[in-house]
Amino acid sequence: MMIRTLSLLAGLWLAGGTHATEADHIHASKAWIRLLPGNLPAGGFVVLENHGDQPASLRAASSSIYADVMLHKSSTTGGMGRMEMVDNLTIPANGKAELSPGGYHLMLMKASKPVNVGDTVKLSLQFSDGSTLNTDFIARPANTIDGAESPSGHEMDHSRH
Amino acid sequence: MNSADSRTPFHRSARILLLLVLLAAGALLTACNRGEPMAWRLTNVTGHMPDLDFKLTDDQGKTVTGKDFRGKAVLLFFGYTHCPDVCPLTLAQLHVAMQRLGPLADDARILFVSVDPARDTPEIMHAYVNAFDPRAVGLTGTSGDIEALAKRYRSAFTREPDKGDNNYNVSHSSAIYLFDRNGKARLLSTPANPQDDLVHDLSLLLETKS
Repeated sequence: MMIRTLSLLAGLWLAGGTHATEADHIHASKAWIRLLPGNLPAGGFVVLENHGDQPASLRAASSSIYADVMLHKSSTTGGMGRMEMVDNLTIPANGKAELSPGGYHLMLMKASKPVNVGDTVKLSLQFSDGSTLNTDFIARPANTIDGAESPSGHEMDHSRH
Repeated sequence: MNSADSRTPFHRSARILLLLVLLAAGALLTACNRGEPMAWRLTNVTGHMPDLDFKLTDDQGKTVTGKDFRGKAVLLFFGYTHCPDVCPLTLAQLHVAMQRLGPLADDARILFVSVDPARDTPEIMHAYVNAFDPRAVGLTGTSGDIEALAKRYRSAFTREPDKGDNNYNVSHSSAIYLFDRNGKARLLSTPANPQDDLVHDLSLLLETKS
């Protein structure tokens, strides 16, 4: 009886595994926000690792604090600094993608309340299959070069939906 | 290998080459000892670009000209405050370069010229530049004055049309122009240049008294 229950549970777990979402395979780390004064848009950065056998695709992000969140890409080709909106960012199977200063980033606009240095801002990262990954971003000062290297590293809590 | 190998033409020319390399190295060392020419690591534009000259409004709301910055080494670049990634990164990198120079950097000024004067008021510029470095100055002005300054340094920028929500991007040159204490254009740095090179050249500029 015991064994039968266990094998039933295992079967359910395996069946569930085949229906794993993109978010289930993504591990987010080094998430931080560059805070700018006043109502200026902030930049959000994060490292996304895909532990799955299928590529995943980051499509959008949302937050209860920032009314507008857009996925952007900066480039400085040909001596010109440019910013463009991008529809998605692919995280290769068993690989990673980085949102980092000077490249891909989340542009966070229209904060509903002031965000201060050291605050944690929860962002919901949305993938192409509709799955989401809640990630805590730490707010860093404007003149941070690499927020991931800050000495006050926080352990981040990730919950999946 | 036997001794006959060293007499082959290949080895003879290799020895001549080595001699030339040693001679060249000697000549370079002599040049360094004399301190001439300056061992710049960034792109040297001395004599190829006009002196620092403009009339704009600083982040305190005061009218300032290029001449107000004589006696200081100047790092000038173009950007705008609604740029969430490249401009803050450049300003953060300049702040770190200034910090690495210690008290020497008090004789340098970062001039951040807005290419988006419609949104960048002196107040916004003040809060913005001071979030990065106390030695940074935000400059804004009329579109005509800013375009004239950008043209003077062959710096390009294009503004996207405003779709009505006051939300648009501006593409702009990412170069940083370095001027000496006499307002002479000396060097050009880009985000691709290693920070060590910027620190090295800025310290050389600052060590030269006007």
